[in-house]
Amino acid sequence: MRYVDEFRDPLLARQLLDRIAQRMRSPSLKARLPVRIMEVCGGHTHSIFRYGLESLLPEGIELIHGPGCPVCVLPRERVDDCLAIAAQPDVIFATFGDAMRVPGTQKSLQQARSEGLDIRMVYSPLDALELARKNPSRRIVFFGLGFETTMPSTALTLKQAADEGVSNFFLLCHHITIVPTLKALLDDGDVALDGFIGPGHVSMVIGLEPYAFIARQFQKPFIVSGFEPLDILQSILILLEQLANTEARVENQYTRVVQPAGNRQAQAAVAEVFELRERFVWRGLGEIEHSGVRIRPAYAAFDAERVFDLPAGRGEQGEDVHCGQVLKGLLHPHQCPLFGKVCTPSTPIGALMVSSEGACSACYQYKRTEVL
Amino acid sequence: MCLGVPGQIIAIDDSDRSVAIVEVSSVRRRINLACVLNDAQPPESLVGGWVLVHVGFAMNLIDADEARKTLELLSELQSFADEQGMQEAGIDEIR
Ligand code: SF4
Repeated sequence: MRYVDEFRDPLLARQLLDRIAQRMRSPSLKARLPVRIMEVCGGHTHSIFRYGLESLLPEGIELIHGPGCPVCVLPRERVDDCLAIAAQPDVIFATFGDAMRVPGTQKSLQQARSEGLDIRMVYSPLDALELARKNPSRRIVFFGLGFETTMPSTALTLKQAADEGVSNFFLLCHHITIVPTLKALLDDGDVALDGFIGPGHVSMVIGLEPYAFIARQFQKPFIVSGFEPLDILQSILILLEQLANTEARVENQYTRVVQPAGNRQAQAAVAEVFELRERFVWRGLGEIEHSGVRIRPAYAAFDAERVFDLPAGRGEQGEDVHCGQVLKGLLHPHQCPLFGKVCTPSTPIGALMVSSEGACSACYQYKRTEVL
Repeated sequence: MCLGVPGQIIAIDDSDRSVAIVEVSSVRRRINLACVLNDAQPPESLVGGWVLVHVGFAMNLIDADEARKTLELLSELQSFADEQGMQEAGIDEIR
């Protein structure tokens, strides 16, 4: 087994789609159409568009593409912070490829690199640490972003830097946490939702318990799902079954990877290095309480926020109104007046058009694809 | 960026630093195993097993039995649907 192709079998997908259609005909579901399901994670959004799942599902199911793409919620001002640090003459600035094209107030990291700043794309935070070892006369700043999936790798890299006494390695921490944002969305009540497809890889780290309130307090089914087409379809079927029986539970479809308690080693590394911020800004959504982490004082020497002067200006986010509505599921990407006209993957206006996990980019890229 | 990819552990490269050689989508990479190791098991015991790889780290072991169970369940759905299809088409009478 290679854990990929097996979960793309078109025949099994057809059968699942039939079962979903059959389920949708049950009277208890017919009474509540449309069924609106939010897939939280950008990875799911990507698969849904890549395999054209939306168009294969029976009528009456609406998929809402949620805020779970870290690049899509990266504020312009944070990109400006990166640029200010990268502009220091002794700095090598390193980050993941996805972060390179996000527009800042004036420009993106990629544009700044083409203008001569030393900005490098890395595959892993460990590659940034390696840059620090190889370039002792330079300061290496790694821009770490992402949800709980990437948090442990950044934490372990920082611990390794501390253990080895590497003194020219710094972290600009932009790690965020999805659960407070889901709570904010639900509290907000703007978005009518019937249930969630939950983020499989965040869950392999944090486990299932953090979502319990969504089922208990808000009565929404929450199905933690893998990323292949069969995973997503099976999760939709499980969700419909819960709805049909008026149940609301956290259920784990992705049992091959996600254990109920998550990954304890990863959790321990995160807890040692990071602490919650009181609030953090998400592009398009604004400030959300406890939705980000920062570096603990014990690791202050590695904290780029303390070591470097960052620009003070924190502007309004007026220009991203449409992105915010898409992130909340109030607008479908193609309903944005800029979609595909001014805003395209090669000339992104909003960050949702940058990453292949962003709803707008996925929608643009795979408009005509139907693989299954 | 958030997408993890399955990979198979080929060999342990540096036990002290928990580094293994892992084949991910036919490419061999050095991958950190810190998140999937525990004191009870020597790293060598993981060779041949599959892990979910994410930005240079193995984030979790992939459970082969659970994967099989999921697929079996889906195939059962299939035979169930086949039977239904046959019944709906009246085929069971001919059998
Ligand atoms: S098309 Fe561009 S501007 Fe419109 S919502 Fe998407 S990313 Fe934002």
